Amino acid sequence: MIWSKRSISSPLSVDTRLAGWLSVAAGLTATVLVVIVLFLLHESWPVLKRIGWLRFLTDVAWHPSEELFGLAPMLLATLVSSAGALVLAGGLGVASALFCRFYAPPSAARPYRRMVTLLAGIPSVVFGFWGLTVLVPLIARWQPPGVSLLAGILILTLMILPTVALTADAALAAVPKAYLHGAAALGISRSGTILRVVLPAARSGIIAGLLLAAGRALGETMAVLMVAGNVVQTPHSLFDPVRTLTANIALEMAYATGEHRAGLFVSGLVLTGMIILLAVAALRLGGARSHV
Amino acid sequence: MSEAGRFALARSRTLEPLMTLAVWGSAFLVTGAFLWLVGDLLWHGAERLSWAFLSSSPLNAGRTGGIGPILVSTLLILGVTVAAAVPLGLATAVLLTEFLRPRSWFGRLVGLSLDVLAGVPSIVFGLFGNAFFSVFLGLGFSILSGGLTLACMVLPILIRTAEASLRAVPDDWRLGSAALGLSRTAALRHVLLPAASSGLVAGLLLGVGRAMAETAALIFTSGYVDRSPSSLLDSGRALSVHIYDLSMNVAGGDGNAYASALVLIGLLILINGTALYLAEHWLNRRIMTP
Amino acid sequence: MPRLSLNRYLSVLSIMLFVATTASTPQAADRKLVLTGSSTVAPLMVEIGKRFERGNPGVRVDVQSGGSSRGIADTRSGLADIGMVSRALKPDEQDLKSFTIALDGITLIVHRDNPVQTLTDPQIVDIYTGKITHWGALGGADRPITVVNKAEGRSTLELFLHHFRLKSGDIKAQVVIGENQQGIKTVAGNASAIGYVSIGTAEYEAAQGTPIKLLPIAGIDASVENVRNGRFPLARPLNLVTKMEPEGLARQFIDFSRSESVHDLVQAQYFVPLER
Repeated sequence: MIWSKRSISSPLSVDTRLAGWLSVAAGLTATVLVVIVLFLLHESWPVLKRIGWLRFLTDVAWHPSEELFGLAPMLLATLVSSAGALVLAGGLGVASALFCRFYAPPSAARPYRRMVTLLAGIPSVVFGFWGLTVLVPLIARWQPPGVSLLAGILILTLMILPTVALTADAALAAVPKAYLHGAAALGISRSGTILRVVLPAARSGIIAGLLLAAGRALGETMAVLMVAGNVVQTPHSLFDPVRTLTANIALEMAYATGEHRAGLFVSGLVLTGMIILLAVAALRLGGARSHV
Repeated sequence: MSEAGRFALARSRTLEPLMTLAVWGSAFLVTGAFLWLVGDLLWHGAERLSWAFLSSSPLNAGRTGGIGPILVSTLLILGVTVAAAVPLGLATAVLLTEFLRPRSWFGRLVGLSLDVLAGVPSIVFGLFGNAFFSVFLGLGFSILSGGLTLACMVLPILIRTAEASLRAVPDDWRLGSAALGLSRTAALRHVLLPAASSGLVAGLLLGVGRAMAETAALIFTSGYVDRSPSSLLDSGRALSVHIYDLSMNVAGGDGNAYASALVLIGLLILINGTALYLAEHWLNRRIMTP
Repeated sequence: MPRLSLNRYLSVLSIMLFVATTASTPQAADRKLVLTGSSTVAPLMVEIGKRFERGNPGVRVDVQSGGSSRGIADTRSGLADIGMVSRALKPDEQDLKSFTIALDGITLIVHRDNPVQTLTDPQIVDIYTGKITHWGALGGADRPITVVNKAEGRSTLELFLHHFRLKSGDIKAQVVIGENQQGIKTVAGNASAIGYVSIGTAEYEAAQGTPIKLLPIAGIDASVENVRNGRFPLARPLNLVTKMEPEGLARQFIDFSRSESVHDLVQAQYFVPLER
């Protein structure tokens, strides 16, 4: 192989060919998003052209039939429910990953991991159904109406937990054993090792997992539709029913025409914009992955 | 012992049991929630499970009868998704980890677009899939259309986990392969990918789970027809769409909805088990782990 | 163990794709009907379609859902041969031809344990506009009323608004639902809830033991029977629509769907078949 190279530092032709093919594949992957954004823009153009961006944030209510396109309460609901779920799932997910790697006996770690992977595959419909028939009546007994921001947060937590847990698990596995051995040699306790050595080393992987989970939470449709109440209002307490942007699209898309429909696509654009901001922020926070 | 040293020792004495409690507590909470959910499904749906249920066709709008054709559609859609997403995803992950500089602009752009893609709502994917695959590319309501849309959805998960697994392979192995005169392509094929295989498979299973859980995207692309599809261009109802229809749309469909949900979970267990078994015995055998 | 090289994988994949996409027996275009539209009508059309296929071998009836407005849009653009719409056509949709295949009534439901037995029209209006907020004012327990409303654009909502002479913005609801089943489950899980759903569905669920109760409107009991004999005031038509006067297979199918031979299917979905 080496004799086919022209010089010591030039790459082999098979490698340049491979890099070429891989770049094509990566380029294709990147264009998927671009095409989706173009699609959203194309569908929302009619209403954007006539009404403009600002009214979507400043209008007092969402009544497209009466030319009111205020997205603000739903935007807030989306943000709060996803943030709440992210906090809960982040804590539980990282703790689950730590459980698998550091605390569980080997006979418990594997089934636990399998269970979490299984949780990832349960359809959002089933979560929503269970939430509607089990969780919501429980909450209703405490504080009617039961369908609420709280129910939405709890269900979302369950749904994004596997993503956080499994990516955190992979990130923890990638921490070089040398770090753990070094910490043990220094006599650091298990909790100290985890908090001061392992978690900082796995930080970028965990943040990547959190970002994926945040995306999933922001984009979840079916389950929140069934448990969050779908009333367009600014929530004043955890027990208020709310409508997220995604639930709004799902509820009204089937029956919307013309500008109403275009307005729904605008909310899709707003969501995508939010996620772009989130991803850029995470990029700044996480930094380049550490290569050892 | 110094003042600081005594502080550190004292702190770790309360921290250790606290952490242990927090971690074990979380594990119990998650397990509890899982058992509650699956228990509820078993309670309502276990009685309807039978071999006949798995093989016969749905009757009376799905209230009675089985889910045979629907299983066929689901597996076909899954097949298309995996066939489309795995090569594309793996290639992108390999490019990002092995061939690009850590801070290259192309790498960051691709990474950013993946993170954003992960957050696009499933219903937007459905509408997009309908407009692009079904209408623009002319595939109509079809398995192919649904599978390709799902492939777009699972790409971020696949790529992120593949990336993590590849990065976990120590650099020594890369340097060693170079020292042996292997081209990077050969090193990938014989050393790196097999070494990362367990992580790759885990990512694949996460992606498969996500694909099977998807409903909104499939209603608009692979459709609602509950007949067994005779080709990839035929419309076919996926299991998750069937569960949605039975529980939300059809009066009296709850019983079969629960049973179908159980079948879906069973299918996932089967796929997970098979994939993990294959990974351990087929791929990992090529590498001796120290 | 030898690994499949990339080339071999690609060629196997492309052969499989080729076989899979061409494996179906070629169907002539006019032996297939595509229906899209209302998810309420879709399960019924799936069953009618299956019976039609059994009586006409070689014919395929593909039913997709997606909502009434999708049904209208797809029929207009030609993507669907027939559209399913769960309401009467609006004035700006008169370019399409519609054929009613069944009727569906709408009833108010409350939880079975709610002591309230009947509500007058003004009381219903007051509940839904937020003027009455506790069941105590109506003779029930002193609990706040959880008002369940349907999402904007749904034909059930429009029928409700039309009958009680309300505007969408007047309604103050605590829960907004999409599909009928969601409404039933919400009311069944909350002792102080009130909502409105399709009569047939509610009757069936109540008979199955779901803890809901149907309320009469203006003194007339909510039942499928009363929708059939025209006494019940709140009813909507379920329609099949086409772009132009249907002919050939589409005509055959529409006539079949309105005929007596499918009355049992209509009733099995808890709708009311039309008496001709």
